[in-house]
Amino acid sequence: MNIVVCIKQVPETTEVRINPETNTLIREGVPSIVNPFDENAVEAALKLREKHGGKVTVITMGPPQASEALKTTLAMGADEVFLVSDRAFAGSDTWATSYTLSQTIKKLGAFDLIICGKQAIDGDTAQVGPGIAEWLKIPQVTFAVKIEAEGNKAKVERLLEEINEVVETPLPAVVTVVKQINEPRMPSLKGMMKAKKAEIKTLKASDIEAEEKNIGLNGSPTQVVKIFTPPPKGGGEKMEGEPKEIAEKLIGRIKERKII
Amino acid sequence: MSIRIIAEKCTGCSLCVKTCPFNAIEMKPREGTPRKLAVIDLDKCTLCGACVDACKKFGAIEIKLEKESSADLSHYKGVWVFAEQREGKIQPVAYELLGEGRKLAQELKTDLSAVLCGGEEIEEEVPHLFAYGADKVYLLQHDELKDYKSLPYTRAVAELLVKNKPEIFLLGATTMGRDLAARLAIRVGAGLTADCTGLSIDPEKKILQQTRPAFGGNIMATIISPNNRPQMATVRPKVFRKPDKQEGRKGELIQFDPVINPEDLVVKLIEVIKDESIKVNLAEAEIIVSGGRGLGEAKNFKLIEELAKSLGGAVGASRATVDAGWISAHHQVGQTGKTVAPKLYIACGISGKIQHLVGMQSSDTIVAINKDPDAPIFKVATYGIVGDLFEYVPLLTEKLQELRG
Repeated sequence: MNIVVCIKQVPETTEVRINPETNTLIREGVPSIVNPFDENAVEAALKLREKHGGKVTVITMGPPQASEALKTTLAMGADEVFLVSDRAFAGSDTWATSYTLSQTIKKLGAFDLIICGKQAIDGDTAQVGPGIAEWLKIPQVTFAVKIEAEGNKAKVERLLEEINEVVETPLPAVVTVVKQINEPRMPSLKGMMKAKKAEIKTLKASDIEAEEKNIGLNGSPTQVVKIFTPPPKGGGEKMEGEPKEIAEKLIGRIKERKII
Repeated sequence: MSIRIIAEKCTGCSLCVKTCPFNAIEMKPREGTPRKLAVIDLDKCTLCGACVDACKKFGAIEIKLEKESSADLSHYKGVWVFAEQREGKIQPVAYELLGEGRKLAQELKTDLSAVLCGGEEIEEEVPHLFAYGADKVYLLQHDELKDYKSLPYTRAVAELLVKNKPEIFLLGATTMGRDLAARLAIRVGAGLTADCTGLSIDPEKKILQQTRPAFGGNIMATIISPNNRPQMATVRPKVFRKPDKQEGRKGELIQFDPVINPEDLVVKLIEVIKDESIKVNLAEAEIIVSGGRGLGEAKNFKLIEELAKSLGGAVGASRATVDAGWISAHHQVGQTGKTVAPKLYIACGISGKIQHLVGMQSSDTIVAINKDPDAPIFKVATYGIVGDLFEYVPLLTEKLQELRG
């Protein structure tokens, strides 16, 4: 089974702050990690390989330093990794990103399954996975909590708002996974040694025969025009007194706010 | 999007005519050569791409996802919303979108339409859409559209958008809305902004300004799609309020015959697993009571359920409790679970790690009950109670039950 996993290197979002004077993101000193959902995607791919044999290829689009994220997946056990990196990709939104990744996958040749995390924790869009499926004209199954492959089909359980849904899709297909699908393995010592020595292959726009109008800013219909910090929550009220008093006071406040 | 035949490459083989599922291609004679030329009837063509594949060898048919320049965007008119339905019932997020869509339509001096896909019985739901403010309803009925499926829905809605050219198309940021919007945006060449919490119209340029949280809610970003239409956005449920229902309000019903391509029916629904613990949908709930590690063990979630019940709310949970197997993942709030923004969120025994906070901090009113006075949850709490949840939760339940009689 040939599986491609698409990952993204993201800042540890919980530590991102905005500089109030310049209104720009302070990313200095913020560690970069593999998007957590993408680690689940890698784990899901490795599990399928263990069962069915084959190969796990991990790709990412990003700046040169994103090769660190690829090394993490090598250490986890990925067979081959590719960094898709070119100045021409700068400014890509989900439209251009899904195009670029789909071109890369086409270039890499035959595959049975493409697995992505359901979304990245910096942008939180959940748009790239289905976007890749559309560009490749293959089915998509989003929010997967279980994947079982059998021959040229896969049975996938999806985690929806109130229910789980089991669907059967022909392969190749794109599957995006949620956190609950598995517990990503820790890189092995051997894996880390291998990753350390690995030369990361880089693909440029010309290598994947990307059309200029579809990549980077040109290929991105959306533009960010403003970023700002959300207005801070007003200081809260600490409820004090006897438990009964507190309970009554709290219910009073909730009523004042016309919630009940 | 557009399609064209490259005359120099067309050999007149007529393979495309046989392949076209919609009878949209004809061979016509051309001057100076016995070879005929394929001609596409654009009224019939759905841009499905079957002919492009058939003509791979010659490459004489080309579909372009062209980006139109801002000059010819004026013929895109109207604000549209996707009326998500599950099991034949329109979901509340659709009405919230109609409320917000109405404001945008007024700014733009245009009308407001809803798109409703479903099976035969879905027509019964149409009056609700008018009552909540739709001027027009586009109704797409087919057995294959009864339940949501990515591929047939994408084709049906894409065709509707391409033919009718709305300037704005809003969907709920639900699993369904996100699954559909992401694929649709690529197919129709539209810009798409995910999970918006604010929408407005630029008074000069008359374009949609879409505001959404990013980086785990630490920053907000305003995004536009100036050169592509429709301007698409998914909108977080519960952020906008449902408008008042005007019973008996009338509108125009437009039946649109959806194109169903057998190729789109390859993904089969095998089984639906209902979660019996779900009484109220978290994403749609006005009130959520959540439990955390402070509960100590699975059976104590009963306290949370009782308080939720006395408030008519839903039960939420921290990741720790889901990981421990105390409650199903459908209840999980936070970065790896659901993002919620109810009117009232009561966090019981939840310390408030940032991963939890990003999933609930935009709630209107937050109540925190925790033994640890330094728990980070108190930083976002509107009302904080430093104390034992085993004392306060039953007490609140009791008082609320008394209140309701």
